[in-house]
Amino acid sequence: MIAELGLAALWLSAALAVLQMVSGALGLRAGGGAAAAYAIHARPAAVVQAFLATLAFLLLLYAFAITDLSIKLVATNSHSAKPFIYKLTGTWGNHEGSMLLWVAVLAISGGLLAGLERRLPERTMSATLAVQGFVALGFYAFLLLSSNPFERLPVPAVEGSGLNPLLQDIGLAIHPPTLYIGYVGLSVAFSLAMGALLTRQVNPDFAKVLRPWVLGAWVFLTFGITAGSYWAYYELGWGGWWFWDPVENASLMPWLAATALLHSVSVLAARDALRTWTIMLGVLAFSMSMLGTFLVRSGVLTSVHAFAVDPERGTFILVLLGLYIGGALAIFAARASSISEGKRFTATSREGALVFNNVMLSAILAIVLLGTLYPLLTEAFDVRVSVGPPYFNPAGAIFAIPMFMVMAVGPLLRWKDDKPKRIQFELALLAAIAIGVIVLVAVLGDFDVLPVLGLALAAALGVAALLPLRGRKLARVPIATWGMVCAHFGVAVALFGMASESAFTSEKLAAVAPGQTEEVAGWTIRLESVDPVAGPNWTAVEARIAASRGDEEPVMLAPQSRNFWAPSQATSESALVTRWDGQLYAVIGDRAGVDAAGNERWQLRVWWKPFVTFIWYGGLLIALGGTISIAGRLQVDLRQRHAIRRRDEERADLEALNGRVSDNGPLPEPAE
Amino acid sequence: MKAKHQRLALVVLALVAIVAAGLIAAWTLRNQANYFYLPEQMASEPPAVGQAVRLGGMVQPGSIQTLADGVSVRFVVTGNTASTVPVRYSGILPDLFVEGSGVVAEGSLGPDGVFQASNLLAKHDENYVPRELEGLHGEDAAQQARETVAGLD
Repeated sequence: MIAELGLAALWLSAALAVLQMVSGALGLRAGGGAAAAYAIHARPAAVVQAFLATLAFLLLLYAFAITDLSIKLVATNSHSAKPFIYKLTGTWGNHEGSMLLWVAVLAISGGLLAGLERRLPERTMSATLAVQGFVALGFYAFLLLSSNPFERLPVPAVEGSGLNPLLQDIGLAIHPPTLYIGYVGLSVAFSLAMGALLTRQVNPDFAKVLRPWVLGAWVFLTFGITAGSYWAYYELGWGGWWFWDPVENASLMPWLAATALLHSVSVLAARDALRTWTIMLGVLAFSMSMLGTFLVRSGVLTSVHAFAVDPERGTFILVLLGLYIGGALAIFAARASSISEGKRFTATSREGALVFNNVMLSAILAIVLLGTLYPLLTEAFDVRVSVGPPYFNPAGAIFAIPMFMVMAVGPLLRWKDDKPKRIQFELALLAAIAIGVIVLVAVLGDFDVLPVLGLALAAALGVAALLPLRGRKLARVPIATWGMVCAHFGVAVALFGMASESAFTSEKLAAVAPGQTEEVAGWTIRLESVDPVAGPNWTAVEARIAASRGDEEPVMLAPQSRNFWAPSQATSESALVTRWDGQLYAVIGDRAGVDAAGNERWQLRVWWKPFVTFIWYGGLLIALGGTISIAGRLQVDLRQRHAIRRRDEERADLEALNGRVSDNGPLPEPAE
Repeated sequence: MKAKHQRLALVVLALVAIVAAGLIAAWTLRNQANYFYLPEQMASEPPAVGQAVRLGGMVQPGSIQTLADGVSVRFVVTGNTASTVPVRYSGILPDLFVEGSGVVAEGSLGPDGVFQASNLLAKHDENYVPRELEGLHGEDAAQQARETVAGLD
């Protein structure tokens, strides 16, 4: 029954998406009259759809929780002996389940938009909901026609075939859902942008409606990427935190576009400039989300994350991608010239700095996009290449370095027009810090150019992030400004972590017999013993390592080399010691023969990574900054709504006093 | 500056940056992309010494040899023909790195003709094969397949 109910809920949602689309489109067309009567169905359709899609997802979750082996998806991706938490997270650890999660989040965001947003003109709202319905319909079709998660097996399986052990980790509980919320939240930004474009309502009021959605999606993307990076770092056992893997790039590209969009929306809201640019970025951001979904879901790339291999699905998503992006660009081309120019500004203004960084972010996006797609392109000509850090790091840095410099200065500039001379003290201070750090590091040792520049920029940015607070009464600084300060400071922290990790990491690889010691970066590592251990669905060899720094008490570490039996696969479980100034990372390998005394040796790999944790602290600070900013905007919005309501009440009172009772007056639309 | 001009300036700035990004990408990709070689290709047209490339093939049975330091291995990679390339690698071997299975070695050719691998990509599990190895069977694999299939029918 569960599967049939879930499937029915999905079909109903798809039907409601059609209703939402048609109803919204009618509301857009009609100035009034008969068609407008149908337009009122768009909002309820979106809200009910959200409930149904969520129900479908919860039913699949339940099927995984009880390991219903008559459902094909459960049988191929779960196992009755798996720990309960991984049974649940296994729901989205596969193609169909993760697409259902995608669609459910899409429906929820559509429902929230329809249910909560009352500030936009009705026509713009109708157009927005029509676009949202159109987007949702495409993905319902994809799910129902090519990847039905509720498909039954003719004969229930005796036992499931299990979940990829790399995915049997708490990381899977956090990383994909947050990332999907971010991806799909951008669909609302896309629909709003299209709605505003179709009804020619690209103005600061629209930007204020758009901003919380962009901010929210961006916060989830930031958090998802940060969590994913840490997950890959400790789970894969290679000691790296970013691999420029195509699937990682697929999440980075929407983030870059959303970051640009977020700043451009702020300019539109505050200054009524960058109108068409904001719309373009709205289209770009969601296009990148869909491209990411295509790359991951089509199996066109092979990487550690890719768990779908099916060309039919790839073609389906590619058609959807072409339809939505092509359609959006066509509407953009037709309408862009009719959107009047916003307010002007000079190059040396806050808008100027924001535009510059928008362009730099877009350029980095282009670099990442080309590097990700290049291997696919060459493969069509039978040349196989792989593109890695030697491409992405220098090519990205060419644009990232000027971007960080402008980012340090931008928030200090005034809107519209400013003279660089006014902030010459700050400029000199930041330049002195950056140069000081470069000189200091150059004296300390011989390092690569990029990490040194990274350290210098991180130091300058860290100070620059706090400068907007200088000379202001802290109690009166708007909450949204605190958000910006926090996020920008987070960028500095993350950058410092990255630069420090790549400049100062020490590594030791050795064959060690139990009882022997090794030294790495002031740590003494003593291999105590190597023993077999067993878990619920794996067996492993576990090393017991005593690690001590200087004279302090040794810490016990237990890295494992695990063998799972369902499915049969081996993984390395790293062991970490976290200190404020870095992390010790240990991995155990295979047997490595015997030493001179005849003792059995084991391969041991240990890294000391100074300040590596700052990468993720920085990511969290960035996400926190976004959250603070949303809170600030919401507070202002609520206060304004309250003020408008009070003003209206006062006016009503006044009118009542004057004895003029308005009997046919519709409730006034809130102005903001 | 007139309004029209400002919009034009923005469009030009964006275009210049994107075109610059495209050119930089194209130039860097030509220099930095890791090209993939099969053993026979590496034998007939070897890449420059030190150039970062990838070598893919099958690990020849009986060729894996652990060196005295305990963390370095030497093995031989074979392709679809008889040509072979010796590889040296220091580090923890990937799980499921076994003789007769597919492997992709990242690294560069040394002056002595031995491929110095900095990273090895092997099969993750029975379902996953590195993309470069799809369609590559090798003499040994074909032999193995014959052996395993024999007796089933």
